[in-house]
Amino acid sequence: MNTFLSRLNTLFAFSISVVAAVTFACFLTTHFLDYTQDVEIEVKKAIVKNMEEFYVGEKHDLGHLRFSLKANMTPVFNWNCKELFLYLMAEYETPRNKINQVVLWDKIINRGENAVLDLKKVHAKYYFFDDGSELRGKNITLSLHWNVIPNAGYLWRVKGRQDLGYTLPDSYAGSRV
Amino acid sequence: NIKMEMFDDFKRMNKRQVYYQVLNFGMIIASALMIWKGMMVATGSESPIVVVLSGSMEPAFYRGDLLFLGNDRSDPIRAGEIVVFKIEGRDIPIVHRVIKVHETHEGKIKFLTKGDNNEVDDRGLYKPGQLWVEKHHVVGRARGFVPYVGMVTIIMNDYPKLKAFNSVILNLLILLIFVLRQ
Repeated sequence: MNTFLSRLNTLFAFSISVVAAVTFACFLTTHFLDYTQDVEIEVKKAIVKNMEEFYVGEKHDLGHLRFSLKANMTPVFNWNCKELFLYLMAEYETPRNKINQVVLWDKIINRGENAVLDLKKVHAKYYFFDDGSELRGKNITLSLHWNVIPNAGYLWRVKGRQDLGYTLPDSYAGSRV
Repeated sequence: NIKMEMFDDFKRMNKRQVYYQVLNFGMIIASALMIWKGMMVATGSESPIVVVLSGSMEPAFYRGDLLFLGNDRSDPIRAGEIVVFKIEGRDIPIVHRVIKVHETHEGKIKFLTKGDNNEVDDRGLYKPGQLWVEKHHVVGRARGFVPYVGMVTIIMNDYPKLKAFNSVILNLLILLIFVLRQ
């Protein structure tokens, strides 16, 4: 009984040590890799409206975008990358806020799934409300980012190599010129 | 017979050995505390390591996973980051992703969060009347990740009886180590 328990103890301790070592090796072998990729973004249609934002109770500018997105994420995956959380971000400046960042669309790609993105003229997933009514005529920068979720290690946030500058319409949709 | 011998050994332990054991034990506790507080200073976060408690960030994080946090004040919070924040009046920290950021020209930041696995943003979770999360709500930002290691905390939380049981066992174990070491 004694030797059985002590053997079990040794086995358990050894297993834990091995798992810890392999986890650390996983982390170390992938920590210094370059996770950037080329990205192609196109805006197909954009309009600006003004309506009441849910919860907020105020009328704010709302942007409607249709965009196309092309990127190949396959080279980014490795044995330590279990998921990529991709998000398309619009950045712009207004008189009220120096920095505005709004996530318009996101996608989860797990290791093993098809990692080639080829979206054509899709709608944004999330509402593009401004913190005010300052979207008309604004220059926005659209960029694709991804969060590398490892099996164990650092949570990198990577920006695609290319981004797109776009100018939103000067007037509200449906209003007279 | 064996039992009696064990107690004889215990009695024979002289004062110096007892003091040594106590100091040894104290050193272990103090080292653990130093490491924890040191991490708090290094990362700028009041809780540098957190256990994921809900499934709202799946498939990235599952219940029981461990997150290493940072809270570098000179590096402003940006969209896409995973933040750990607390809502006023509630103890439990929430681990979600920032989906909207608005920063004024004076540097005042407010942001909106959403769990990857949730359909809608967190406005329904915030305090009534609260629309945004601000810097003072933030415990830290997720920088590193290790799976499964936090399971012990989850088990102890889910089965509070086990927690009490655990501490008794822990104390007995410590006593045993004391006796066996000498």
